[in-house]
Amino acid sequence: MQATATQSDPIISFRHVNKIYSNGTVGLKDINFDIPRGQFLVVVGLSGAGKSTLLRTINRMHEISSGEVLVDNESVSDYKGKALRQLRRKIGMIFQNFNLVKRSTVEKNVLSGLVGYYPTWKCVLGLFSADDRKRAFQALKRVSLTNKLFTRADELSGGQQQRVAIARALMQEPKIILADEPIASLDPRTTKAVMDTLQRLNREDGITVIVNLHSVELAQQYADRIVGLRAGELVYDEDIADVTTAALDRVYQTDSEA
Amino acid sequence: MSYPEMPQRPWRQRYHVQAIAWVVGLIILLVLSSWATGANFGMFLANIDQFTVLLVQMSHPAWDYLSVIIQPLYETIQMAILGTTIGAAFAVPFSVLAAHNLVSNKYLRGLIRLVLDLVRTLPDLLLAAIFVAVFGIGSTAGVVTLAIFSFGMVSKLFYEVIETIDMGPLEAMKSVGASKVTIIWYAVLPQILNQFVSYFLYTLEINVRASTVLGYLGAGGIGVYLQRSLDQFNYSATAVIILATLVVVMVIDGISNHLRRVLL
Repeated sequence: MQATATQSDPIISFRHVNKIYSNGTVGLKDINFDIPRGQFLVVVGLSGAGKSTLLRTINRMHEISSGEVLVDNESVSDYKGKALRQLRRKIGMIFQNFNLVKRSTVEKNVLSGLVGYYPTWKCVLGLFSADDRKRAFQALKRVSLTNKLFTRADELSGGQQQRVAIARALMQEPKIILADEPIASLDPRTTKAVMDTLQRLNREDGITVIVNLHSVELAQQYADRIVGLRAGELVYDEDIADVTTAALDRVYQTDSEA
Repeated sequence: MSYPEMPQRPWRQRYHVQAIAWVVGLIILLVLSSWATGANFGMFLANIDQFTVLLVQMSHPAWDYLSVIIQPLYETIQMAILGTTIGAAFAVPFSVLAAHNLVSNKYLRGLIRLVLDLVRTLPDLLLAAIFVAVFGIGSTAGVVTLAIFSFGMVSKLFYEVIETIDMGPLEAMKSVGASKVTIIWYAVLPQILNQFVSYFLYTLEINVRASTVLGYLGAGGIGVYLQRSLDQFNYSATAVIILATLVVVMVIDGISNHLRRVLL
């Protein structure tokens, strides 16, 4: 495996991060941990434990109430307008429901990953350079879907749609990929295809990958490190070598059982 | 076989109390409002023979009148297309600003909706009267009237469509660092385009019918001839005008159906 940076140079850091929703619900409670460059991190926990919220604080799709999130050693809290869009364009995001524009072609969906790099008027007119169109084709090649370039997104199966979504993220040339339950609506075989693709991007391109998962087995299979959330608190954090199934199961205990 | 553990529906649900209450309530409201407004069903039945007399006269359309009305009918269609297009074009930005899932500033949204409500409140006949006074008798007044009337109607239809879209693609576009305009262009527009087209054609159809009435006020088109034939009690000519308009409406309806299938 290629050399990754040392622990002392984290790509993402959480410092006393709290999130309290306006209705008083606690989303995240004093989260503290670092994510080293190039890590494949899996976040596990029950639904509602705060996994999605945690992921979305990194690219500011969700705001935090207090504390600090650092990306590349810079606090993201004060980013506004253009700076915020520039932060987001280097972080790819994959969703449970794929979030493709279903009526548009696969090519347009993949190219839409680039809009952070183009001025608005060029996006509106669809003026992408010939090089970038070639890159869109290559991105599809990496997820093995080149024959679907001009197919409408809603004609693809779920697994294919998720791979288009990954190709879209690839266009951003991201340093980080955030995947929020990427396989929750897929069958076991396509699950493997999608997880393998994420693993390849992690290993071959050195992209830091953070995945929210329900499945403990999948987490153990793909992760370099597993963290567990329960009711917004970080209750588990181990490198994969030290992960035991018994300890992991405790993440899934409800408060009444704990 | 009975299952004692099966949950029982409460009697209110079992006897559809709510639905029955609604129906009874509506009937009472209907009776009360006919009583309050003095609408008399007996009078309607007593004078129905007048209506049949009219129908009999109309059932002999004077087909040679067709050559007279072809030109004004053509003008009516042009007015309707122009008015609807202008109105719908202005409606697009307004409907985006009025949609609660795109604009989180509720004061801006409220202001836009107030403007739209105001435009919809103005009756098209009033608008036509005003613009005939401003632009003089002719189709310009008709086009402007139809444009404003379509603007009010289409804006509301459009923003209601926008409010039903899937927000997922918007989240994805936001996450790649897209600007607001780009988000709307890439994630909103493709989702609403076919419904926009179908509402546009629906409005066009309404405008063809509306412009027949606007002709009464001198706003151009076929309405002038409709008024003339009615004033002369020439109901066989009226019938031709109505049938010709029906054909136009049916053609638009056909185009609309076809486009919806193609664009879906």
